[in-house]
Amino acid sequence: MFDSLSGKLQSVFKNLRGLGKISESNVSDSLREVRLALLDADVNFKVARDFIERVKEQAIGQKVIQSIQPGQQIIKIINDELVGLLGSTNSALDLSADPSCLMLVGLHGSGKTTSSGKLARLLHKEGRSPLLVACDVYRPAAMDQLLTLGKQLGLPVFARKGETDVLRIAREAMDEARATGRNTLIFDTAGRLQIDEELVQELVRLRDLVKPREILLVLDAATGQEAVNVATHFDQALQVTGSILTRLDGDARGGAALSLKTVTGKPIKFVGVGEKLEDFEPFHPERMASRILGMGDVVSLVERAAEAVDMDDAKRMEEKMRKGQFTLEDFLDQLRQMKKLGSLESIVGMLPGGADMLKQADLSKGEKEFKRMEGMICAMTLQERRHPQILNAKRRIRIAKGSGVGVAELNSLLKRFGQMQQMMKKMGKFQKMMSKMGGGGAAAAGMLRGGR
Amino acid sequence: MGFFDRLKAGLQRTQSKLVHEIKRIVTRSPKITASSLEELEAALIAADLGMQVTQRIVAAVGKAYESQGRGGADILEIASREVAADLTLGSLGLKKCEQGPTVVSIVGVNGTGKTTTAAKLGRHVVARGDTAMLAACDTFRAAAIEQLKLWGERLDLPVVSGAYGADPSSVAHDAVRSAVAREMSYLFIDTAGRLHTKQNLMQELQKLHRVIGKQLPGAPHETLLILDATTGMNAMNQAREFNKAAPLTGLVITKLDGTSKGGMVIAIQKELGVPVKFIGLGEQPDDLQPFVPKEFAEALFADPEAKAV
Repeated sequence: MFDSLSGKLQSVFKNLRGLGKISESNVSDSLREVRLALLDADVNFKVARDFIERVKEQAIGQKVIQSIQPGQQIIKIINDELVGLLGSTNSALDLSADPSCLMLVGLHGSGKTTSSGKLARLLHKEGRSPLLVACDVYRPAAMDQLLTLGKQLGLPVFARKGETDVLRIAREAMDEARATGRNTLIFDTAGRLQIDEELVQELVRLRDLVKPREILLVLDAATGQEAVNVATHFDQALQVTGSILTRLDGDARGGAALSLKTVTGKPIKFVGVGEKLEDFEPFHPERMASRILGMGDVVSLVERAAEAVDMDDAKRMEEKMRKGQFTLEDFLDQLRQMKKLGSLESIVGMLPGGADMLKQADLSKGEKEFKRMEGMICAMTLQERRHPQILNAKRRIRIAKGSGVGVAELNSLLKRFGQMQQMMKKMGKFQKMMSKMGGGGAAAAGMLRGGR
Repeated sequence: MGFFDRLKAGLQRTQSKLVHEIKRIVTRSPKITASSLEELEAALIAADLGMQVTQRIVAAVGKAYESQGRGGADILEIASREVAADLTLGSLGLKKCEQGPTVVSIVGVNGTGKTTTAAKLGRHVVARGDTAMLAACDTFRAAAIEQLKLWGERLDLPVVSGAYGADPSSVAHDAVRSAVAREMSYLFIDTAGRLHTKQNLMQELQKLHRVIGKQLPGAPHETLLILDATTGMNAMNQAREFNKAAPLTGLVITKLDGTSKGGMVIAIQKELGVPVKFIGLGEQPDDLQPFVPKEFAEALFADPEAKAV
């Protein structure tokens, strides 16, 4: 799915090994690839161009460290630069006023209402008493949506159904907050186009009335080149203080984040990573940088694994692997755990260089293979799964018939399982690491590779 | 206001900017050079046309220049021709079954405008004399059902709904039954927004389609993917994955009234062969327009001075 930038750069630099320093001409070729990768990730083309210029100056003249590939060196420079650009020190919310007001603004469908709810939950957990204010007077049932979120969170929502004057809602909400002792107001505003002057002015008036310490621009991570226009307009009209990037749980590369940050200079404070109200995190510039560059996202993979895999199980499994007591029964467990992680394609895609692998191998085939393995193991008795050595010809014929495969396929499974057991004994250290990431991946992937 | 005017008005900002950019490139540099081609490329990329389409157009322009020499209108002509060639395919407009209701499933990622589009589509078919029913199958998002119901009230369309947290397939099942019983000509199913990367949610969608297919053979007759015009390259992934899970029969581009271009549809059509059927140009019920490929391509590239708007 993603073109691996490292792969491309590697080929650009293939003939350059042994050069002492990176020169202008060999940098230019590689930077074109970087530029394409950035554009492919939806970074605005002007932002990409400026960015490349900066990197170029830095890259020229740097020594190529012999032990690593020049391509890697360039990537490191780019990555560091990206992290530097995306990162920020003042990403905490300013909640010093009493009451503190926060305003969420953005285009239609960027996720303002959901983010409002998520933010309220977070602030509530930090000991504040938030009041959600429904200022979307345009979209049908927008207020209901916020009221429902409030109910789910057990937090108060201020809404005046049928009222179309946003300022009146805001004034009443402020009174309400004072009367009920809420110290943080979150204003969920209606989605609007940045060029809709009338509606943008409404926001300006709202801002002047409630004097929010934080105005957060909510932007969908999949936004394209348009991100720059959106950010510029909203920032000019309202002087936003930061932004929230939503739907990072998809596979959008999120180049919009870089455009956004470059244009406004304001920090990205939070990211939305799922549909549930707890799927809300502080922004991590390192992860975003590797995501934009399409270099895999091992951190997310580990997190996903941690979610799907029971840690105690994983430890027990690791112990078994090391001692070579790994049985077909355990293998079946692992196959099933793998399924919970999602499709093979999505897992491999998150690994560095995984994108390249995806191009070469048809993983849906591998997935089918997993299913067949599962079937074969299921056709065995418990005793057979624990002691595969007892599988004689008769038993094998029975199992093959029971699972609808040929004996040859069963044999090859058993043979590969044997090899895997051997390998596991040898590679104690290696799989210690892998099993921490969820064991299943290591064993099952090893199994698959054996089959090719 | 006719379709072309509306589309033009909607695309005006895009168009003038793009034309301006290209003109500037052409008039400033006497010869086509690597750098002027790169600038052309940048202008096309800014319209979210995607790398592949952009590179093809740039290559075509470069080639034409080599053979014809330089001329201001050529760049626009070539670009427009390339785009139009990619966009003219497939059947346009909504299918209509001869017997029984035509079931239209509306799918897409979160926040692209599915609910609004479902309502607008309902209005669209009613305006041409058909009957329509809406099914609120987004049982997940807070107030999604109320949103569709409110639209139903506004447009005077019947809405079938269930409870929050209910299996969307069961709501769809009831809706199909009801549409058959009430002899509706169209049933629009508003599904929950789902990211194309969430396997379980894609399976939920497949199940929904299976269930209505059992209830009414051939259903859903149309599966429309709703794409937000502000979406960049990810639109391609969205289309690919949705098409894999539930073969698409058409695309709807929403929010084209902004400065966004929706240029990604060109690449999507090219790769998947799924036509754009409608475009959304605003928040009003009338702001959904049938898509006309040639006009879209022309409106995107047309020279505003040559064709007075």
